[in-house]
Amino acid sequence: MKLFDNKIEFGGYMAACVVLLLVLPAMNAFFPADSALHFSSFQLSLWGKYITYAVMAMSLNLLWGYTGLLCLCQSLFFALGAYAFGMYLMLHVGVDSVYNTALPDFMDFQGYTELPWYWAPFENGAFAIAATMLVPGVLAFVFGFLAFRSRIKGVYFSILTQALTYAASLFFFKNNLDLFGNNFILFGGNNGLTDFKEVFGYDVNAASTQRWIFVMSAILMLVVYLVIAWLLKTKFGKVQQAIRDSENRVRFSGYSTTTYKMLIFVGTSMVAGIAGAFYVPQVGGINANEMTPAKSLDVVVWVALGGRGTKFGPIIGAIVVNIIKSFTTRAYPDSWLIILGAIFMLVVLFMPNGLVGLPKQLAPLWARIRSNATTSATPAS
Amino acid sequence: MKKAILLFSLVWTALAGAVETGEIRMLLEALALERVEDQEATLETLAESGDEYVTAFVDAWRVGEVREYQPEGSELFLVQEVSGKYVRVATGEPIELSSEAYEALDKNRAPRKLRRLLTRVTDTIGLASRNVDTRVDAALKLGASQNAEYLPELRKRFEAETNARAKRAFEEAIMISLLANAESPEERIEAVKRLGQLHSIRAKDKILAIVESSKEAGDEALLVAAESASRAIADHEELLKHAGSFFRGLSTGSVLLMVSFGLAITFGLMGIINMAHGEFIAIGGYTCFVVQGYFSNWFGEGSPAFQWFFWVSLPVSFVVAGGIGYLLEKGFFRFLYKRPLESLLATWGLSMVMRQAFRLKFGAANVQVANPDLLLGNFEYAGISMSYARLFAIAFAGFVCVLTWLLLTKTNLGLYIRAVMQNRNMASSLGIPVKRVNSMTFAFGCGLAAMAGAVLTQIGNVGPTMGQAYIVDSFMVVVVGGVGNLLGAGISAMGIGVFDQFLQPLFGPVMGKIIVLGMIILFLQWKPGGIFPTKSRSMDD
Repeated sequence: MKLFDNKIEFGGYMAACVVLLLVLPAMNAFFPADSALHFSSFQLSLWGKYITYAVMAMSLNLLWGYTGLLCLCQSLFFALGAYAFGMYLMLHVGVDSVYNTALPDFMDFQGYTELPWYWAPFENGAFAIAATMLVPGVLAFVFGFLAFRSRIKGVYFSILTQALTYAASLFFFKNNLDLFGNNFILFGGNNGLTDFKEVFGYDVNAASTQRWIFVMSAILMLVVYLVIAWLLKTKFGKVQQAIRDSENRVRFSGYSTTTYKMLIFVGTSMVAGIAGAFYVPQVGGINANEMTPAKSLDVVVWVALGGRGTKFGPIIGAIVVNIIKSFTTRAYPDSWLIILGAIFMLVVLFMPNGLVGLPKQLAPLWARIRSNATTSATPAS
Repeated sequence: MKKAILLFSLVWTALAGAVETGEIRMLLEALALERVEDQEATLETLAESGDEYVTAFVDAWRVGEVREYQPEGSELFLVQEVSGKYVRVATGEPIELSSEAYEALDKNRAPRKLRRLLTRVTDTIGLASRNVDTRVDAALKLGASQNAEYLPELRKRFEAETNARAKRAFEEAIMISLLANAESPEERIEAVKRLGQLHSIRAKDKILAIVESSKEAGDEALLVAAESASRAIADHEELLKHAGSFFRGLSTGSVLLMVSFGLAITFGLMGIINMAHGEFIAIGGYTCFVVQGYFSNWFGEGSPAFQWFFWVSLPVSFVVAGGIGYLLEKGFFRFLYKRPLESLLATWGLSMVMRQAFRLKFGAANVQVANPDLLLGNFEYAGISMSYARLFAIAFAGFVCVLTWLLLTKTNLGLYIRAVMQNRNMASSLGIPVKRVNSMTFAFGCGLAAMAGAVLTQIGNVGPTMGQAYIVDSFMVVVVGGVGNLLGAGISAMGIGVFDQFLQPLFGPVMGKIIVLGMIILFLQWKPGGIFPTKSRSMDD
């Protein structure tokens, strides 16, 4: 089965492989800091962050662009994965100098002397990695089951997922929870989890570790791309796109659309969770801000700007918007939100197919200009 | 209305008091200079008068600030310093006197016995006040002191009292006092029982102490009575707490209702999910703030005209937000009709732009909007205290409901709106100006949200993100109520508001929100189309 639609796509994919897996890490590792060819570690982890964002955008695209479910809790799944891996990292910071315990500082601060039961398993790396997929997966399963079973779709689905994200972010913003007289310490509240030291025995802030994490994020993105490309060619992918175009017809043809939607929803939530796990060590922290409804809507904009329902679009959208964001938050901090808001509005109004669809959208216009040029040129000759 | 009565009664007591204070002053001077024959009767008169001047005089007297003065060719009288001026006690007339001369005057010193009697009079004088609130406060204070000396006075007043609230307060005070001063064990048990029946929250701690002490003393009868009384009081307290949350829930629900009406109409009519709807709440809040600024410039903050800023800003915010909504509909929302998912994104962008614009214009911090005097304070009914601001929010939501209902059922525009909601193409082909109906309705919805924002200035904060706090909730309201259904929106707004406030004290605000969300999701399992689903024969796609 051919995974790529055409030679351009294949060439682009191969070029991305070479640049992300060989060129950038090599520029970072082998050129001295003052060389023009040096790619700084800061830049590398920044691009690593973009890549994890791109993976999240791809997972949303699979849901929204190919299945027609505008899900506003992708950032929640992403953040849950990030928290799961962040908890592992948090429990391997070693003994701190202030409190002289191995517990995270915010637990020391609140007078905890031992790890609560729901934190303890995350000391185990394998468990934490499994949790980065399972926690979002289980949440998506339960929520999806309830939502799809009662045939909540369209805007209602969006509104409910947004409310879910909102509720979860409120929960994660809290420091601890009083429930029936028991006090549960939560996940670091406003500050979230930060100040990591080591990952699987390596220094998490060392340039070489960061390089490897970058390479792994890139591999993740490339693999997810291939999986999506493959999925779209299968019968499953065809049914999924049919659901987007006309769910009732698919159902009347005897397919259980609920099952298909459930599978997609749970699968994409897991992908977003893994992306979150790669995000944490590269950014050096995770807090509840990453899971607010606003962040979820940001992801939707990346997909919309890049081009929804295209394989490449979400990657381009995520990277372009975040580069603009990095630039404008520094250069024009006051107007950043206005710029982003304007992008939202303009993309929806004028670019329904996003950046990827722009050439096609402009093609008739270009043809008219050219034909005008030729017709006006004809009499003269 | 209640305010008006209160004001009237204040003026009345002041006028009536002015007449009698003169007499009281004479009596006080005569008493202090030992010129009265029947001391008992005079004291009685003073106590009966309930006049505030008596307390003021005795206070000054105690610290030696009442002096004896005898000008040339006149009899001896008393002088008192009142805010830098010297006045004659008996008449209240100012006396020309230098401060050195005043300092040289003798202090009036009455016999010890008279002093004690007068102090007693001032302790209980509040009981005779014309103002019911003063009477209630005084009685409860004396009761709480559990001083046996005041019992006869309290009993006497209790018999004579005609106002139900004051009578209850007197009884409560007597019973609380009896807890410590009962003459027989039976009387004490009776007092405990009666306090339980009265649901006296003030006596709760004392009764709990009795529970402990009677346990130690092995007094079975008293223990039983005290335990049942304390349980009755605790139950009543719980009830009051629930009533309080119910009331707060109603007022939150009222704001939600005004916000979600606009959402429900725009979604039902145009198929637009307006994420920027919350920002119209903020427009209302900021309009209030701006109008307040103008009023304070024009009239000054102390003037009575300043009080009007809030009432003026209600219609102003409706007009301002309606105008902005009208323009946005013409220039932006028009392109999003029947594209709900895309509209969600585009309006979210608009919302971000508007929020940032507020931040740049008014600053990131919350701005302060004053409360007009009329909305300050609490209205108390059966122990539940309700703030006037929240009462106003509820009443105003009712007004908005009626207004919307009238608009939809009694006007041409309303007829058009309903027609377009049911079948846009058919309505259009029958000659209904669909475009104009859209703009007008959208503007109306925005205006409602802004008025909700103006009301919110009285019970919440005004800041650039104030709309965000309500937008998720109001979307829930629309989904639960059934899209485009105003009755459903009303019921679900009140329901969600009340549930939220009920769960908050039990689980805390965050868990409360999460539980409400969970309940909504479960509710939609049972009724996927909301309380009143839209009936349609067409498939969705």
